[in-house]
Amino acid sequence: MTATLVIVEVTDAGVAKSSLEAITFTRTVTEGLDGVLSAVSIGAVPAAARDALASFGVTSLVELVGDIADTYAPAAWAAAVVTLIHELQPQVVAGAGSQRGSEILAHVAAIMDEPLAAQCVALEAGDGGWDLTRIRWGGVLFEDAYFDAERAIVTVAPHHTAAASAASSGQLQVDTRHVVADPDDLTATVQETRQRDGGVSLATAAVVIAGGRGVGSAEGFAELEELAGLLGGAVGCSRVATNNGWRSHNDQVGQTGTRVAPDLYVACGISGATQHWVGCMSAKQILAINTDNEAPLVAKADYAVIGDLHTVLPAIIEEVKARKVG
Amino acid sequence: MHVLVCIKRVPAPGARIVLTEDQTAIDTRHLGFTVSPHEECAVEEAVQINERLGGSTTVLTLGPPEAQEQLRTAMSMGIQRGVLLQTDNPGWDPRATATAITEAVRQIESQHQPFDLILFGTESADAGNYQVGIRVAQALNRPIVSGVKQLSIEDGEIVMHRAVESGFELCRVATPAVAAVMEGLNLPRYPSMRGRLAAKNATIDIIEPQPRSGGLITRRLHHPPQQQSETVVLGTGSEAATAVVDLFERVGLL
Ligand SMILES: Cc1cc2nc3c(=O)[nH]c(=O)nc-3n(C[C@H](O)[C@H](O)[C@H](O)COP(=O)(O)OP(=O)(O)OC[C@H]3O[C@@H](n4cnc5c(N)ncnc54)[C@H](O)[C@@H]3O)c2cc1C
Ligand SMILES: Nc1ncnc2c1ncn2[C@@H]1O[C@H](COP(=O)(O)O)[C@@H](O)[C@H]1O
Repeated sequence: MTATLVIVEVTDAGVAKSSLEAITFTRTVTEGLDGVLSAVSIGAVPAAARDALASFGVTSLVELVGDIADTYAPAAWAAAVVTLIHELQPQVVAGAGSQRGSEILAHVAAIMDEPLAAQCVALEAGDGGWDLTRIRWGGVLFEDAYFDAERAIVTVAPHHTAAASAASSGQLQVDTRHVVADPDDLTATVQETRQRDGGVSLATAAVVIAGGRGVGSAEGFAELEELAGLLGGAVGCSRVATNNGWRSHNDQVGQTGTRVAPDLYVACGISGATQHWVGCMSAKQILAINTDNEAPLVAKADYAVIGDLHTVLPAIIEEVKARKVG
Repeated sequence: MHVLVCIKRVPAPGARIVLTEDQTAIDTRHLGFTVSPHEECAVEEAVQINERLGGSTTVLTLGPPEAQEQLRTAMSMGIQRGVLLQTDNPGWDPRATATAITEAVRQIESQHQPFDLILFGTESADAGNYQVGIRVAQALNRPIVSGVKQLSIEDGEIVMHRAVESGFELCRVATPAVAAVMEGLNLPRYPSMRGRLAAKNATIDIIEPQPRSGGLITRRLHHPPQQQSETVVLGTGSEAATAVVDLFERVGLL
């Protein structure tokens, strides 16, 4: 019997890290319930990914294959998962709080007209319902909530639960099913995909040189561009830079921009509002360059330089060039 | 094209979030209020569609009487009608919110005309439930695309680009449709003086939403555990350059 059903995202590279986090997260809850941990994937799961699922304590896997697996169609994928939920009657339905995971589970909850708790960091069976903790404001605030529902439909906040394999693992039972989607659920299907241009991507760069209001203009970003180029990094920015039209929104770091986790984040003329902070707090090291030694980001950073960024950056650039030659 | 935009009034905290004494809410005594940047872009998109194609624009929120402020800001940017689902109860769970919005949409559509397009943010700024738009779309049986960062109307169809890590996914849907959009969709305008004056005196329709029980019940808010570290000041002005580049070397960037 299935106690918990986890929607897993599998690509050619294997099971997505955020899905492994979701499995780890729900494994603990499942131990207190009557039944096993099952997974469902849209599309076939290759052997290596099956092994990964087994080692994470998943007992059975349902692969939904057929036309629906060809392109991303959230409503159709959710409808197929709902059919499975009706059959297995799990007490917990979970998935990663990734872009797709969030979207599919919202469709699942909507179709079933059941509540959904998004971006959870803790979950346990409570008095007639569930006790959970979830993130708000992009992660600067936690919310303890009572979840008044028979079934816990949840998404798991990425980067909060460390993915860890199970103490013991058994055989993975695989059930492959062909699904024919209802055409009504295919009206908002992806029809075309476009790859982003080459270049260092903000989300994965090892170093990000980010600028805010202190940069003063679009032209002011030339120094940031040059330093990022020398270090093989990417340029980021605050929302003030985006709103002033100095940078494209693709460069924005923060709650409504990109979350970055580089080895080093250099914040030039950025004050450190919570909504910016959530975008850069996962950096291994943070260096703040600011005229104000009391700026919140200076207080939160590992390192700081106090001064005008338009004086500091040229000096840094010169020093980098000198050492590269020497 | 008849367009509806749904926005949510939220506090605008700065560098630190202060909680009320009972820890169930953010202390807003010294804060202003706003809406999510995603929703600001939704408002701007509705205004632009209206400028190009005509039709009508409506903005709707479920919230306290003070949420009229956010409706009027949207109207000062060019939205024509405002609807407030007025409630003094702060405990609306996302399912209850979606049900109330769905009912309101049905009511407005029966009195006026159907909306060709309903715009949401992908997630609200404060709660981040990632679901109200999808629930409303499912309840109304209309297609929805989420994560939209580019939107155009071609031959009466809505063409939307969803931003994903590797690039873009393109979806094309017939109306009536729903979209959950993200910041970056456009650059929202600043309200004009004339817009502000017009919005100040515009009438806002009030609807009383029906609450719905169950779901998420907030007990307590708290700050996540955080390791507090001392900031090492590497220097002042240009003389800090040597220490900074030493840091680059330690991190392995050079
Ligand atoms: C719901 C919501 C979502 C948001 N999402 C985001 C988001 O995703 N990303 C984001 O960034 N913001 C976001 N914001 C906006 C955020 O609240 C702040 O307004 C914004 O981050 C401030 O940008 P800033 O630090 O560049 O500007 P400011 O706060 O004005 O800070 C400028 C800093 O530059 C320093 N400075 C000035 N001149 C110089 C100089 N010559 N040299 C060095 N330092 C100098 C100043 O001392 C100051 O510290 C969001 C807001 C809301 C309400
Ligand atoms: N109280 C509300 N009133 C109107 N629209 C809302 C409300 N709450 C959420 N929304 C809309 O639904 C989107 C998603 O919200 P959420 O599901 O809470 O993350 C938001 O960006 C808004 O467009």
